[in-house]
Amino acid sequence: MAKEGLRHTSLYDEHKNLGARLVDFAGYEMPVQYSGIQAEHKAVRNHAGLFDVSHMGEAIFRGPDAESALQRLVTRDVGRLDVGQAGYSAVCYEDGGTVDDVIVYRREGDFLVVVNASNREKDLEHFRENTQDLDVEVADESDDWALLALQGPEAAGLLEPLTDTDLSGLKPFRFVEGEVDDVPALISRTGYTGEDGFEIYLSGGDAPRVWRALVEAGATPAGLGARDTLRLEAGMCLYGNELDAETTPLEAGISFAVHLDKEQRFIGQRALLLEDTQGLRKKLVGFEMEGRGIARHGHHVTSGAEIVGEVTSGTKSPTLDRAIGLALVDPGVEDRFEIVIRDNPVPAKSVPLPFYKRDRE
Amino acid sequence: MSVPEDLQYTKSHEWVRTEGDTATIGITDHAQDELGDVVFVELPDEGATFDAGESFGTVESVKAVSDLYAPVGGEVVEANSSLEDAPEKINEDPYGEGWIVKLRTSDEPDLLSPEEYEKVVEGES
Repeated sequence: MAKEGLRHTSLYDEHKNLGARLVDFAGYEMPVQYSGIQAEHKAVRNHAGLFDVSHMGEAIFRGPDAESALQRLVTRDVGRLDVGQAGYSAVCYEDGGTVDDVIVYRREGDFLVVVNASNREKDLEHFRENTQDLDVEVADESDDWALLALQGPEAAGLLEPLTDTDLSGLKPFRFVEGEVDDVPALISRTGYTGEDGFEIYLSGGDAPRVWRALVEAGATPAGLGARDTLRLEAGMCLYGNELDAETTPLEAGISFAVHLDKEQRFIGQRALLLEDTQGLRKKLVGFEMEGRGIARHGHHVTSGAEIVGEVTSGTKSPTLDRAIGLALVDPGVEDRFEIVIRDNPVPAKSVPLPFYKRDRE
Repeated sequence: MSVPEDLQYTKSHEWVRTEGDTATIGITDHAQDELGDVVFVELPDEGATFDAGESFGTVESVKAVSDLYAPVGGEVVEANSSLEDAPEKINEDPYGEGWIVKLRTSDEPDLLSPEEYEKVVEGES
């Protein structure tokens, strides 16, 4: 039975028919798993998985000042994006703390900005408040769009027969507006799993037939549980874990999304330049447990008697079969430290990120 | 969902098989299904003692950590150490190979019958 007050994506009936376990996520009743997190995780790594991520927010920036508005709001230089290109970026406060991490798509004549579901209202308010002097319309189209993520080494092969778009010509972080299963769709070679794959933006009304076509073609339905373990293995940030208002994108290790030299000033630029010069207050590290136990969000990181940081994400990696995690720690911390699990300090060591990198052909 | 007739249960989803003064304890089929893939079990040391209702260990799935509560008070006579390498036994065979701990108890246990436990589960969904 539907839980009171929770919103549903256009694929809710599909999830119920597939026997998904549904949970409250950012105000939506969303599938956390279908067959099991580990099986879904492995399906994405070895074959292809299909996620409903329609809860994500879509903001459209239109008007003569759309580009200026985004240059002010995001850390990436969107002037360097071609039409048909997307870029991962942070949105910061003046003090450098993070409002959200987003993907900016430069379309012919406007920009699509995809935001985290849990930040949608906050982001839209931040976007509008800080662009009042500009000639730009910021439209919240989140309720009009569904979003499917088809991810895994077999994703392209599954999608190919359902579209006329030449997928082999679609490079990472490029997108086209075409059709999937005869309905209009924006097809983007992006994802949040560390695998090759596509994110398919389409209208909510069309989403169920495309979902069913992809499942029939062999994609394994995968829930938010596998999405989280996949992104963690790939060393990707999750807002609310690695990123928040108290953490800058530099500290969270996503400086590749920050163009500090951007000519048009962006909100937070001064604070980030200062931090870049003076040194980070904390830094994100990947770690592996050496003792028995699984680190979880909020566990303390210690070095002897001293608390030197906090775990932001942790799980048992289905691919590596080891307990892994991310932590924000003091910049000077040694490569070996302890994670305090239920009052018990358990040895861990820092390891390079990402934990998992796919073989590229 | 399986709720064997020959066991007793708790509201926190443990099962108990009592043989003489030994109580074998595990988590129910419903509990393992709710948790999902079990990937880690923290077991108590042999000889440790617990009061009824006290936490004696944890079971972790990919996403969640769940405390284990002693349905009866007693001393640990054996912990199922095979779960350390094969925690998935809790998913595969929760009432058999997935047993967690054996306690020596002198408590007069106050536990739920299979019928009472089924009502607890129905009340949650």
